[in-house]
Parts: sequence; C-alpha cells; structure tokens
Amino acid sequence: MMSERKVIIDTGNSAVAYAVKDAEAKVIAAYPITPQTTIVEKIAQFIEYGEMDAKMIRVESEHSAMAAIIGSEAMGVRSFTATSSHGLALMHEMLWYAANARLPVVMAVANRTLGPPWNIWADWGDAMADRDIGWIISWAANNQEVYDFTLISYRVAEDKRVALPAMVNLEAFVLTHTSMPFEICGKEAREFLPEYDPIWKLDPDDPVIMGNIFSPADTMKLRWDMWESIKRARKVILGAIQEYNEMFNRDYEGLIKTYRMDDADYAIVSMGTIGEEAEVAVDALREEGLKVGAIRINFFRPFPREDLVNVLNSVSRIIIIERSASLGAYGQILQDLGPTILLEKLQVDVNDVFMGIGGTDVSYEDIVNVVKRAIKGELKTLYWYGSENW
Amino acid sequence: MVAIRDLAKMEDLLLKGNAACAGCPIGIALRTTLKALGKKTIMFVPACCTSVVQGIGPGAAISVPLFNTAFETAASVASGAAAAAEILGKDVTILAWAGDGGTYDIGLQAISGAAERGDNVLYICYNNQMYSNTGIQRSGATPLGAWTTTTWTGKTEHMKDMGMILIAHRVPYVATASVGYPDDIYDKVRKAKEKKGFRYIDILAPCPPGWRFPSDMTIRLGRLAIETGFWLLYEYEDGELRFNGYTKLVAEGKKEFKPVEEFLRLQDRFRHLFEPKRRDDILEEIQRWIKERFEWYLSLAKI
Repeated sequence: MMSERKVIIDTGNSAVAYAVKDAEAKVIAAYPITPQTTIVEKIAQFIEYGEMDAKMIRVESEHSAMAAIIGSEAMGVRSFTATSSHGLALMHEMLWYAANARLPVVMAVANRTLGPPWNIWADWGDAMADRDIGWIISWAANNQEVYDFTLISYRVAEDKRVALPAMVNLEAFVLTHTSMPFEICGKEAREFLPEYDPIWKLDPDDPVIMGNIFSPADTMKLRWDMWESIKRARKVILGAIQEYNEMFNRDYEGLIKTYRMDDADYAIVSMGTIGEEAEVAVDALREEGLKVGAIRINFFRPFPREDLVNVLNSVSRIIIIERSASLGAYGQILQDLGPTILLEKLQVDVNDVFMGIGGTDVSYEDIVNVVKRAIKGELKTLYWYGSENW
Repeated sequence: MVAIRDLAKMEDLLLKGNAACAGCPIGIALRTTLKALGKKTIMFVPACCTSVVQGIGPGAAISVPLFNTAFETAASVASGAAAAAEILGKDVTILAWAGDGGTYDIGLQAISGAAERGDNVLYICYNNQMYSNTGIQRSGATPLGAWTTTTWTGKTEHMKDMGMILIAHRVPYVATASVGYPDDIYDKVRKAKEKKGFRYIDILAPCPPGWRFPSDMTIRLGRLAIETGFWLLYEYEDGELRFNGYTKLVAEGKKEFKPVEEFLRLQDRFRHLFEPKRRDDILEEIQRWIKERFEWYLSLAKI
C-alpha cells in the first residue's frame, strides 16, 4: 500500500526520503546534522519497519558517510547520503573521490549557513564550495521538485554517458521542514529508473584497481573525460526530464525554468525558493507595467549556458539574486553567467544582488523593491540588500 | 602453523614487477596476507606505501580488486563495501589495508566507528612506525627516541597502543604480528578470515629506508623486535588475550627478553642514542617502558 503513486502533504526532507525509498537505494550512510536529520530519521524508519529493503550505516562522521557510500557504490550498489553545511564541508575531500572514481552516488544537501556564528538557516554557500568537482548539482524550489529531482538525479548520474555523482539541494527549513503537497511515484519510479548497471565495480571475478598512481598526461585525459561527460549530462538531463514529464504528468522545461520571459525586457535570475518567490514578484511588477520575467536555474551543474543565452539574449538588464557570495569576487551565479554574457556578446546591464544570506527571509516585496531600483539605475552592480542601513 | 616452504608454493597475488623498495616489508606482509585470503578478497587502500607498490596505472601489480581511497577512510569505505557485499550476498573478504599513519592517526575515528558498529571488515595495519610514503615523518606509532624527518633529535613520546584501543572496542579478533614471522602472519590472517565482524591485525613492518638499515635485514629486525619485547605477539579473541611465539615463551618463563639495545643498535634511526654521546636516559626509558608494558599485558593475559 505504501508504494502507490499518490499525493501526500509532507516536508521537503520527507520528499527526499520517499524518493530514496522509491529509487530503491540499498545502502544509506549518514551522520546527523540539522536540518538534514529528518531525512535519515525517516529512511531509518522505512528500513526498520520493513518498508524499504536496504542497509543503513550510522557512521561516526559525514566524512565517513560519503566514504562509506563510495565503498558501497564501488561494489555496484545504489547508495545515498544526505548532509548540510558543516557536514558537507567535512566530506568535501570525498566528493572528489566519488566524482573522480565515476561513482554515481546521490546526496541531498539541506542548504545551511556555515559558522561561526552558529546559524542553522538557509544559505547556498555550503553547496557552492563544491561546484567545481564534477557533481551534477540541482536546486529545488518546492517539495515536488525535491522528490522529482532526487529520482532524476539517480537516472542521470547512473547513465553511462555521464557516470558522475549528483547533489540535490533544498534550502534549510524553507523546504526541509515545510509541509506542502507533492506526488510520489511509488513502485512506478522504477519504470523510470532502471537497475543500476555500473561502468565498473569491485568484483573478484573481474578484478580492477581504481585509483593507483597515474601519469600527469593520463590524469589530464581522465579529467577531460569528466569535462565531456558533465557537458553531455545536459542532454541526458533534458531526455530524462522529458520522459519523466510524460510518465508522471509533470511540466519541467529542462535545466532552467522560465516565467513570463517571452516579452520581458528585464530578467530576474535566481535559484531555489528565491527563484520561485521571484515569480510572485514578476506578477506584481507586471501589474505596474514593468516587463519583467524570471529565470530559475534548476540545474547549476552542468551550468545551463545555452539555455540561459536563449532566453537572455533579448533583455536589457539581468538582476541576479544570490543566497551566497564568493567573498572577494562576485556571487556564484554571476561568476558563471558573467563569462557566458561575455562570450556570447550579450549587450546587457547586470545587477548582482545578495539576499537571504544567513537564512534571512526574502519576500516578493523585497524582490519588487530591488528590481524597481535596478530598473531605475539606482542599484549598485554588486549590492547587499539592506546594506545601506548597516 | 603453516610451513614456510608451503607458503612459498602458494599462488602469489602480489605480482612480480611491483614497485616496492628492496627489502620492503610490504612485500612480505601483503604477499602472505593475500595467500591467506585468496582471490575472493577486495582491498581498500588509503594513502600509504601500498599506493606506490601497486605500480603506475593503468596497470597494477596486485591481482585482487582494489580501491585506492583517501588517507582517513580505509575503514569507512570498507564499511560501505561490507554493507554492499551483504546486500549482494557475496562471499568476499573486505580487507582494509593501511599503514600506521592512516591507522593510528588520521584514520582512527573511522576505525573506531567501524569497530563499534561491528562492520564485517578485516583491517590490517602494516606498521612501519612512521609516515614512510611522505618521507619518514613521525606518527603516533613512532617509538620514543626514533629519528624521523619531523623529529630530528628523536621522538619525545612513546608509541600509541593501537591493539589495546581495538581490544577496548571488544571486537571479535585483534592480533599483532611481525614481518619477521610470515608463518605467524599467515595463520592469524586465516583465523581472522573465518570470523565475522570487525577484525584487526597490526603487523610490525621494519622499513629499510625509514629505519635506516640494510635491505637484507628486514626479517632479522622483525624478529629482534619480538625477542627484545619491543613488540609483543598476541591474539585477542572471544574476550581473551593470549600471547604467542617468543612473547609466549617469555610469559611462561621459558625465555627472557634480550636487551632492547640489540634491536636499536642495528637501526640508524636510533644512532643518536649511541653516538656521539650515549643517551642512557632515553635507552633506560625505552627498556623501562618495555618492562612496564609487558607486565601490564601479563596482568590481562591468559598467557
């Protein structure tokens, strides 16, 4: 009965747990950190109450959590972990091992601020520190996306054309602990997600050695192969999303989601829950006669260059809203979008606006305020929302 | 006990042309271990000299599946693999094979976690008492007085007792061994293979370039370490600690430990204890430590 396709009302963390159950991951290793905890609590419950056939390793650190699922995935078994903030920072080293060993593990990251000071609220900075490793990285804006992106992540990561790990981001509390309706696929998920058939595995009947010393030239070739693979992932994601839409009656556009962009002069670019809030702001701004649209980046890696260029080439100004900053440089979205604008020779003005850092609330009124000032030319190129009062 | 001549005839899973130094104790310890475990073995190797011994990829000189992993993760990666093996119903030995740096120091937390959880892993530390692969730096396993490239005038602390840390976890099997006695290594690995849960073997591995001795003396130093009581041979199983080999003979009063100087003098890592000026303070402290440690073990052991 638990495995039927149905709509439930639950938190983002529960959405992750249901997706992992429906994906039939067999090894889960995790260490508790707020606000990730209820993901693994629920998975532990599924397993102990006989609703999920898997082994849970209650490791002694996040570093060991990632290491353990690297070990199980290398044996050819679909695996999962979840973490947040300091926990993600601790496992940073092992994220390289997962990617470089071409192990398609999937991890949920409950985006949270790093300390000091202690702060358990939303911030993208934790995941942003891992964006250059070779992981497929998605950002969800609601619990349906949390569930769907987790399943899609397994499908894309395990695709032999990709063979790279995947991270699904959901913001602390705004999603992790907020209940809303979403549909789960139950057993039907496995029609979308076939058996894991690894490109290599540890098997005494066919012994291979992974990761002994390689020459610089051979190592460079391996990195190039990862570069090509994650580039290739764009089409694999598009294909997977199309199939998912058809199977489960969803309407995902692809790596990005656009809102009222057809005739837009101005574009808000953001991610996650702020990206969704921006859509509300767009409606309000449109009522005032301002031709504003919104673009939400669903997949941050591979960075959706082509997809963004296609919708940004007709706007005069881009207002990027970022929940993290690369201190000493720009926001991370601008860091990736900037070269795209330059290389594609887009004639646009840009505002990079920092909002929601450290878990501060971002309402559509805040976004309306920022966009109006940006359109009037009153906003600095790099602007921390509210900083004029500090 | 297995006869050395029989050991020599068994199939080698550590292949010729591997990249070990002349006289390297890994050659002896790993060859013997893989003979005892056979082909149905999967190895997890953190940063250590065995990373090099495998040779340059894409080829490799070890013919069981092997995953090279980060320094502190031999136990944790193996934990995940053991869970996967259970899910798959595979009858394989999950072998974590690490040096003392990856075991005594940076990997300790993961080992403790795996041991406490009772994960089905055989963890073997080949212990050359220093970070050899990075160039002979001090580790938690380095003995008092030893020169290393981070203790130029000799280490000022005694070595950590890793075996006792594992015994405190009440795992099914803990043993020490020495490269001086490959037959003993073989028997202990065979015994460990048949047990379930977290098992730990600590093999003392005299390293010619690290300990500064000629490469034909590895076995001799491996034996002197035992004969002087510098390293003890024991097994802990079913909650009981028992000595074996020369250590047992001493415990039974049939033999005496030789003076530790006989062991120390053959290694240039201790040369500064003898020249230009004899350091009786340190030599006496090492001898005292050997006596005190053995008496403590005696009080816990069933001989």
